[in-house]
Amino acid sequence: MTAAAALVRGRAWVGEAPLFAPVDLRLEDAGWTCLLGPSGVGKSTILRLIAGLETGARFEGEATRDKPVALMAQDPGLIPWLDVTGNVTLGARLRGTLRQGDEPAARAAALIKAVGLTDRAHHLPANLSGGQRQRVALARTLFEDRPLVLLDEPFSALDARTRAQMQDLAARLLEGRAVLLVTHDPAEAARLGDRILLLRETGLTEWPVPTLRPKGAARPYDAPEVLQLQARLMRGMMA
Amino acid sequence: MRTVIALIVTVLVLWQGVIWLAGMPPFLLPSPRAVLEALWLNRAEITRHAGFTLAEVVLGFTLGSALGAALAVVMGFSQKLTGVLRPILTFSQTIPVFALAPILTLWLGFGMSPKVAMTVLIVFFPVVSAFLDGLMRTPQAALDLAQVMGASPIRIMRHLRIPAALPGLATGLRLAAVYAPIGAVIGEWVGGARGLGALMIHANGRMKTDLVFAALLVLSVMTVVFARLVALALHRLLSRYGV
Repeated sequence: MTAAAALVRGRAWVGEAPLFAPVDLRLEDAGWTCLLGPSGVGKSTILRLIAGLETGARFEGEATRDKPVALMAQDPGLIPWLDVTGNVTLGARLRGTLRQGDEPAARAAALIKAVGLTDRAHHLPANLSGGQRQRVALARTLFEDRPLVLLDEPFSALDARTRAQMQDLAARLLEGRAVLLVTHDPAEAARLGDRILLLRETGLTEWPVPTLRPKGAARPYDAPEVLQLQARLMRGMMA
Repeated sequence: MRTVIALIVTVLVLWQGVIWLAGMPPFLLPSPRAVLEALWLNRAEITRHAGFTLAEVVLGFTLGSALGAALAVVMGFSQKLTGVLRPILTFSQTIPVFALAPILTLWLGFGMSPKVAMTVLIVFFPVVSAFLDGLMRTPQAALDLAQVMGASPIRIMRHLRIPAALPGLATGLRLAAVYAPIGAVIGEWVGGARGLGALMIHANGRMKTDLVFAALLVLSVMTVVFARLVALALHRLLSRYGV
């Protein structure tokens, strides 16, 4: 067993109502862990505990991580007055390291190219489509260059085709990092999860994943075994 | 433009109509013509007084806006401080500025300073409250990101919260630009011999109602032009920032 990149062990309440039963979640050093579950069971709370963010819930237990993280959420959180390049380098701007040589600018340009937005590097977010905005958010996440990446339903608001394309792109570009993907979409978990954890009101269940994910890619969305896994996950969520 | 002209003509017709129908004596309600004559005959004096008032307005507006914006930023850093200062600020607004004018004149003399101080007091509140509102409404997604990225509160303030709050600040400044001349004129009423407010009080005492109206007219036009210039400048600033 490899060392855990992050760990959440405990239970949470919102007011007096329990949010989730006692969970014990360990994130491995590499690979995609999908935290799957319906809305309102506390998936995002677990992610925010790992990120060290305010959750609005009362948590009893321990939440630790030994690696720096980057965050990408459903709301891309782009800054409306900064262009694509400015948004990708936001972290450097906020840490005061933007002007340290050409390195940040060159790295940003390479990442903008990797997400296919070179011709829009100077566009403002208002002039981008929803999919393009998430590409900017992905480039910004990669710019942070952190070993642990937290994805909070980043593709939920996209149409089916754009979502599938973003899943492919994210799987390729985030290869080699430890990723926690919070999602309510069993199809997404079936495509991307090296591990799939099902979070329900009753607690956390590790779900068997029969096929290996190809290196640096998402599983094909139309492969029979992926569709079968998706169906089983759906049944698990309904149970 | 056409509606503005129509409005002015309507007001003039009504005004003259009231004088004809009710037979108002000129010392109660001077005719538009008498006001224009008073404006022309006293143009040198009115211009001089308007200059003083304008200087007080510009100075008070600049100072009040700067102080208000600075306080809003300071309060933006600390929920606790905001919790303490907000009620005090609101309470301060229950004191009518008219009541403060004599005290300010007593403290600061008959020169320009009490008038500027009055203007600062009037400008201060709308700027603080509108800007602070803006500073408290930075999108949570951006704040979460900034925290995970390891940004310091000062950099978050400078790169996220202040730019995001500029529309709020602009709202406060636009309001303040309209109110600023009121502060200056109240100050002038109470003490001193300079400014449109002082001119009005003295003309009123001598029953020169036409001159009071002429001074009022100049004050109104000045306020409209000043507020318009401020709004234009803000529009330019905001469109450069794209917010």
